[in-house]
Amino acid sequence: MIEVRDLAKTFHVGDEDVHALVDVNLDIAPGEYMSVMGPSGSGKSTLLNMLGLLDRPDRGTYRIDGIDTVPLGEEARADIRRRRIGFVFQAYHLVPRLTARENVELPLTLGGVAPAQRRQAVDDIMRRLDILERADHVPAQLSGGQRQRVAIARAIVMRPEILLADEPTGNLDSKSGEEVVRVLEQLNGEGITLLVVTHDASLGARARRRIRMLDGRVAVDERG
Amino acid sequence: MRVADLLVFALRALLRQRFRSAMILLAMAMGVASVLVLTGLGEGARLYVAGEFAGMGTDTLGILPGRYDTTGGMPPVMGTAPRDLTLEDAEALRRIPAVQNVAPLLLGTSTLSSGARERDGIVVGTTRDYFFVRAMTLQRGSIFPDLPPEAQPPVAVIGPTVSAELFRGDNPLGQWLRIGDRRFRVIGVLGEQNKFGMNLGDAVFIPVNHAQALYDTQAMFRVLAQVRPGASKARAADDIRALLTARHEGEEDITVISPDAMLKSLDAILGTMTLAVAGIGGISLLVAGILIMNVTLISVTQRTEEIGLLKALGAGGRTVRLLFLVEAGLMSLAGALAGSAVGLALLALGRMAWPSIPFTAPLGTIVAALLVAIAGGVVFALVPAGRAANLDPVVALTRRR
Repeated sequence: MIEVRDLAKTFHVGDEDVHALVDVNLDIAPGEYMSVMGPSGSGKSTLLNMLGLLDRPDRGTYRIDGIDTVPLGEEARADIRRRRIGFVFQAYHLVPRLTARENVELPLTLGGVAPAQRRQAVDDIMRRLDILERADHVPAQLSGGQRQRVAIARAIVMRPEILLADEPTGNLDSKSGEEVVRVLEQLNGEGITLLVVTHDASLGARARRRIRMLDGRVAVDERG
Repeated sequence: MRVADLLVFALRALLRQRFRSAMILLAMAMGVASVLVLTGLGEGARLYVAGEFAGMGTDTLGILPGRYDTTGGMPPVMGTAPRDLTLEDAEALRRIPAVQNVAPLLLGTSTLSSGARERDGIVVGTTRDYFFVRAMTLQRGSIFPDLPPEAQPPVAVIGPTVSAELFRGDNPLGQWLRIGDRRFRVIGVLGEQNKFGMNLGDAVFIPVNHAQALYDTQAMFRVLAQVRPGASKARAADDIRALLTARHEGEEDITVISPDAMLKSLDAILGTMTLAVAGIGGISLLVAGILIMNVTLISVTQRTEEIGLLKALGAGGRTVRLLFLVEAGLMSLAGALAGSAVGLALLALGRMAWPSIPFTAPLGTIVAALLVAIAGGVVFALVPAGRAANLDPVVALTRRR
């Protein structure tokens, strides 16, 4: 489903050129569970941003279901993000003034879905993630684990094919982290393609496919 | 994104920053209110002056002794003429077909007395025509008898103040009124009327032949000529000038003033003044607009993370831009509505305090102020909203506050 060819990206930091991605080639099949590890500055976050269509490469191609996304315009890329890609961030990135329900609802709202349908979809997802009773609380009233589950609910409410998680347990204690990982793995079990970027070796080791990035290249790619 | 959702989202963002939103609302409201109030003041003054002129009769030409180069300004109050404007001159004007009524005026002040009571008053020597030219109304009695000006008996039509002061509760009709050293029979009392700030309550009107004797002069202060309905005022003025020039041995030593021309130039002056004053109000709208731009810029900076998130969730630059524009638009709309309410309330208060001046903001002005305010708010938000729309989501999401 995902087909990355010769993807390259260079950042200019001061006088230096930082090669974040150097001719990366990667194929990801539907339903895969993949972890991306590597030291800081190895390019793993950049790879995640590329796969999430948040960033544009300098060179190379990135196809989703055969469609090259690199030459697409900003609006078209936003459209793919909305329909096919879900994001889970380390810092949750919930909108503080909106309730948990409204945060989960946001992608549907942005997509112009009618309010009645929105409510149904949001209720289902929140019930599944065990946060329905906290639906009318604002993020400040929720625990870290609850916040991350709200963020996951928001990421999957559009039923995307790809779920990109950037250090999803980074801000959580081990118990909440474990819960969140279990939710993500459960979603993967239902067929969503899950990609987790992490520093946490034990979390990384749980994935069926493990990639190690080094200096902008895929250094290790192991399965099983 | 649905329009309703867009509005709700923007409204929430505004309510979240209540103080900031209130300040912008206030600035916008003050801008709109000041435009309305200032325009209302100007417009009120214009209507007031126009109304006063209309009351004076715009079909009346004023003829003054002396030659002045007036181009529609106020008539000179004093001046020395080489040749007097006489009653005969005035009567001669009746021969001009376009002239309907002719009223010479001879003014003076004298002590008025009746019995033991006396007071100073303005004495106006004129003819019967004056009452038609000025559309004067009497509360009782009658105007001068229908006789030639030089054959008028010693009668007087008195103002209501004079009547009240000198005759108290008594019926003044038929009573003697002493003006200087002459006696006049009161035949009429004027109704309350206030024309162009001139209070006629203190005035006494007597036939011009007696005023000539009283003040020992043949010279008229001025002559009013009412132009026949439908006749050209310019033609009439030319005819009057030609006739009087001929009577004054070929020398054009009189000035003809048309209140119409005066009204027109006054109207133009007041219109320009209104525009200038509205422009001053407009500056406060501009300030409000710049404030909206700054505040929206701050908002974009403060909400960088949120913008990045919205983009990650699939909002395109267009949607993000729209969100910020709707916020600015809503804020401007609320401010503009509040401002119009305040402005209109102030004008209403003004009307209550000064009932004679019609302070009003024309509907067009209200609509224009509202539109300018809202459009201005949105236009000034374009730059910051564009900045939000072009924000790099990666940078926006990883920025730490």
